[in-house]
Amino acid sequence: MTVKRFPRTKFAAVVAGAASIALITTGCSAGTDSGTSAGGDVTLTVATFNEFGYEDLFAKYEEANPNVTIKHKKAATSNEARDNLTTRLAAGSGLSDIEAIEVDWLPELLQYSDQFIDLASTDVDGRWLDWKEKAATDADGRLIGYGTDIGPEAVCYRADLFEAAGLPTDRAAVADMLGTSWDSYYAAGEKFVSAGTNVPWFDSAGATWQGVVNQIPNAYEKEDGSIIATENPEVRKAYDSVLDASSTLSARLSQWSDDWTASFQNDGFATMLCPGWMLGVISGNADGVAGWDIADTFPGGGGNWGGSYLTVPNQSKNQEEAQKLAAWLTAPEQQLSAFASKGTFPSQIDALASDELLGATNEFFNNAPTGEILANRAAAVDVTPFKGAKYFAINDAMQQAITRVEDGLMSADESWAQFENDVNALG
Amino acid sequence: MTAAIDVDARSIRRIALNHRLSRWDVRFSPYLYISPFFVLFALVGLFPLLYTAWVSVHDWNLIGGQGDFVGIDNYVTVLSQQYFWTSLRNTFSIFLFSSVPQVVLAMGIAAFLDYNLRAKTLWRMGVLLPYVVAPVAVALIFSNLFGDRFGLINEILGGVGIDAIRWHVDVIPSHLAIATMVNFRWTGYTTLIFLAAMQAVPRDYYEAAIIDGANRLRTFWSITVPLLRPVIIFVIITSTIGGLQIFDEPRMFDQAGQGGANRQWQTLTLYIYELGWGQRNFGRASAVAWLLFLVIILIAILNFAITRRIAGSTERRIRTKGKR
Repeated sequence: MTVKRFPRTKFAAVVAGAASIALITTGCSAGTDSGTSAGGDVTLTVATFNEFGYEDLFAKYEEANPNVTIKHKKAATSNEARDNLTTRLAAGSGLSDIEAIEVDWLPELLQYSDQFIDLASTDVDGRWLDWKEKAATDADGRLIGYGTDIGPEAVCYRADLFEAAGLPTDRAAVADMLGTSWDSYYAAGEKFVSAGTNVPWFDSAGATWQGVVNQIPNAYEKEDGSIIATENPEVRKAYDSVLDASSTLSARLSQWSDDWTASFQNDGFATMLCPGWMLGVISGNADGVAGWDIADTFPGGGGNWGGSYLTVPNQSKNQEEAQKLAAWLTAPEQQLSAFASKGTFPSQIDALASDELLGATNEFFNNAPTGEILANRAAAVDVTPFKGAKYFAINDAMQQAITRVEDGLMSADESWAQFENDVNALG
Repeated sequence: MTAAIDVDARSIRRIALNHRLSRWDVRFSPYLYISPFFVLFALVGLFPLLYTAWVSVHDWNLIGGQGDFVGIDNYVTVLSQQYFWTSLRNTFSIFLFSSVPQVVLAMGIAAFLDYNLRAKTLWRMGVLLPYVVAPVAVALIFSNLFGDRFGLINEILGGVGIDAIRWHVDVIPSHLAIATMVNFRWTGYTTLIFLAAMQAVPRDYYEAAIIDGANRLRTFWSITVPLLRPVIIFVIITSTIGGLQIFDEPRMFDQAGQGGANRQWQTLTLYIYELGWGQRNFGRASAVAWLLFLVIILIAILNFAITRRIAGSTERRIRTKGKR
């Protein structure tokens, strides 16, 4: 009995020991798989998120450069990519040769711009829209990211609901009616709501805030990094006016919530501010719903919401090759191909003027010339809002402040006081 | 002669060595066999625990790394934040809404599974099915149920003329919705633990009780529950630790994952996440992590004392009853 049982316990111990060793070794080896292989051939890893539309381009680059092999790591969401990037940046290893980053978390990375190589080069001078390039340049004038797409904003609307409310439905007439100021946009909304169709004018105050705040040059922070969010009269005024409009016009569906997604199938609202990348979201959520269209106007001047960059971290062992690839991927021709593949709207001056882009139409939006409209919208952007290290966190707190009022949890003043607390707590 | 003595001396030495080896084997081998756990624990449990304490007394940015030594400043700041106390309240509330019904429900289901059912294994495996579903998938399923405006539950309530419940706005409804997700996933798991313990109860007790004229309910209360005492204590302690560390379900409850605009359902772990990954302030996040650790220890001790007292008193009651 004992003799028989002994080997089994021993076996179990060996298995347990081996398992623990295996766990430790795998834990340590994760993320050390980049680098140059023996034959002088280069393997470049490229980390992106969502859809950059690069799949075909990688194959094309490998064909033109036989010594290069590209490995693509695609994260599902930009948040996932952000967590991955910051964790590995902190750990000091494991980053890809090219890391895509989003404009919203660019400012906090600019604080550590010495962790990325300076991509400035005479080859790419004047390639991008001014404000796109400026946003990725640090205080010492080092360019840490090559611009990919941008998010010029227009107004998307439901022509069928407009018709039911007795408003004009034609693209140009709607643009006239919406006007170019926030007041005229809200006034059109009042007209729509008073027609009694029982459909709210826009999706949420938070989404509208995103349009408003991107037109304030220094909303939350001064260039020297000091925080002015709570005492900036411009911010408070914008906050009050958005919430004022929300009380009669908003569907109070906070963006990306399940209710918001479902509302596209339930006539949840009549208009929304739409950056270029939002068109794909709308046509996906509103699949089968007829009547969506896009007007060539944006309240309060132009506006940009979102967009990305390609960076080369210092950790890369193939910095030169990586920079070459990043420059190629963000060249106008390639950006146009990405636009054709996934609709990412280019930030390159040449691409914005190309016939290919200007001729692009979108079937879902009643065959609107989306390329031309968004190019006009990109040209209308005249303010580059300053976004410092705390921008992301402060804007988050502001979004919550607005949501609290829309949900009826607090009055506008109470919620503002809470916002002040939140900002102070950021320290 | 000498040679013979040599051989004898050698074999004696060999026997002595064998003797010693086998004594060492008996004495030390068990420690060697269980050591992988403790080695692993020291590496991935104890070290992070102590390192977190080290981080919590410094200014520490996620990317920038270690900053100045600040002593207990991080703790003071965090304790003066309203959101810390809100999330502490939420953590307990969600924990109570999930653990109490879960233990009661699991005990009931286990009692039924303990009967002589047809296709026993099928039913027993069936209760574990929800546990197999990933929490993220559970959240996706339940977010369709608990939508404020277009959710299934509110549609049904609307059908019978009841006002829609604002699952993502009001405090108690949001806690109930999250607790439902937790219960969906964990009740089956707890049930199987109870079931395993019930199977170990000697059948003679039940037979004797039935001969004495006790009904099913009576045998359950007077035999099953008291004999399950150690398992109940185990389940309560583990579910307390798990419940206080709840993260996935509240994080997946809405898109922002911060626990609501007014932190209606932010738990302590979500707060840690917000401080660490949202604000990049690892010092404060570590301080909250340690506070959570202390809270769990405190509750575990309290829990243990109370359950032991309750269980002890039932045991005494049974004993005195037996005497009569």
